[in-house]
Amino acid sequence: MGKDVLIIGGGIAGMEASAYLSAMGYQVTLVEKANELGGHLLRWERLFPTQRHGKEVLSFLHCGIDGKIRVIKNAEPVAAVTRDDLHIVTLSTGEVITANAVLITTGYKTFDASRKEEYGYGIYNNVVTSADLEEMFSSGKEMLTSSGIVPRRVGFIHCVGSRDEKVGNIYCSKVCCVTAVKQAIELKERLPYAEAFCFYMDLRMYGMHFEELYKEAQEKHGVQFIRGRLSEAAENQDHSLLIKVEDTLTGRPLKMKMDLLVLMVGFEPSDGTQKMAELFHLETGSTRFLKMADEHTSTNVSSVQGVFLAGTCSAPRTITSTITDARAAAAKITSYLSQYSIEQREN
Amino acid sequence: MSAKNFGFSIHKDRQIDYDKNYREFYYRVKAVEPSISLCISCGNCTATCSAGNFTSMNLRNVILLAARGEVNNLGDNVSACLLCGKCQLGCPRGVNTRNVVIAIRKELKIRRKP
Ligand code: SF4
Ligand code: SF4
Ligand code: SF4
Repeated sequence: MGKDVLIIGGGIAGMEASAYLSAMGYQVTLVEKANELGGHLLRWERLFPTQRHGKEVLSFLHCGIDGKIRVIKNAEPVAAVTRDDLHIVTLSTGEVITANAVLITTGYKTFDASRKEEYGYGIYNNVVTSADLEEMFSSGKEMLTSSGIVPRRVGFIHCVGSRDEKVGNIYCSKVCCVTAVKQAIELKERLPYAEAFCFYMDLRMYGMHFEELYKEAQEKHGVQFIRGRLSEAAENQDHSLLIKVEDTLTGRPLKMKMDLLVLMVGFEPSDGTQKMAELFHLETGSTRFLKMADEHTSTNVSSVQGVFLAGTCSAPRTITSTITDARAAAAKITSYLSQYSIEQREN
Repeated sequence: MSAKNFGFSIHKDRQIDYDKNYREFYYRVKAVEPSISLCISCGNCTATCSAGNFTSMNLRNVILLAARGEVNNLGDNVSACLLCGKCQLGCPRGVNTRNVVIAIRKELKIRRKP
């Protein structure tokens, strides 16, 4: 076939799409700005809902990166032009790549929790994010608060940076409810005598087995769920935190002391995703994620011909959904490069 | 002698003060009937409850208040329960609701003893 596909972003979606497109006989170039493939998966110790290790999925993805795929690390596109259906992309290394199709897999970043000042991230030492907690888990070190005590009470705050017009993100990030439940269970496994509380607006346990995990958290681990959105956190003299929420199911304000507060940070389009939008003149939706040509039928198609989307650059997704999306994008690109438009089936 | 009128009165704080509440109550009930922890506050039990039509009995709320350690008004509620078991038929989480009521009644009695 001798056609070239350039994939930008070596996370889950980029790796899986590379494997599929290479297997279908295309010459694939995978560009990654870091010095390692894997993206966010490098930082997640365990995955919901099965608690399997992130490393296992990563090694699965690595098996797909065969010798035929050209992987360029420590590089990112700095310019792009289109000439006669060919995309000519200049990398930060100076190299110029010509491709028949481009797949954007530049993904998401987590919300910067310090923007929600009233929650005290970056101000109080015992306020951490879900990503920080994951790092604490994978470091294998003893779980201690900044004051060096074993936390007796830990609160997980849902929807930080999501479903919040005040920070400009009206969408749900989809993964943080079940991540909170997963992390609360892991916390209780490490510290069985600690109390764990989740503060939520709605619990979105939509995935297969998510509800089971929620039930397991209640039944086996005694994790407690309080419906209400955190209004503010204040630091006590001993560096523990006093939090205030409305317990909306009792209809009364509630205050309690927490030794550690975990903010479940949501998804935002990564800097790379925003940069690719500029470089390739891609439309973004009201959420700033890259816009799909059709929400139902053309989810991998961008607003520019020959440029395709996969993974979390277009919407918040679970790992499962990201892998499925990457394969769908590979199929879509194949149909495009074979000049078969699946959208015009009647022709 | 009637109380002096200072022109203002003090309202009871409506806030749930989790750190001061009688939280052990919940753990004691849970030890007797562990399924109390499975409640998701859906209200199915309350909707079907025969006693709830005529009294303040509201099992969803009883479980919730017990979990928060707010036990002062639980007695009036649970005393109205007929132990008919209708609530148990509908509970989506399989909470052993009758036994929750029985356990709460017992705990309240134990607590009342000096
Ligand atoms: S998944 Fe849950 S925590 Fe995350 S934004 Fe949606 S509702 Fe909020
Ligand atoms: S057992 Fe009690 S709470 Fe349940 S339906 Fe009957 S009266 Fe209501
Ligand atoms: S029906 Fe079951 S889950 Fe629903 S509020 Fe009643 S006890 Fe809780």
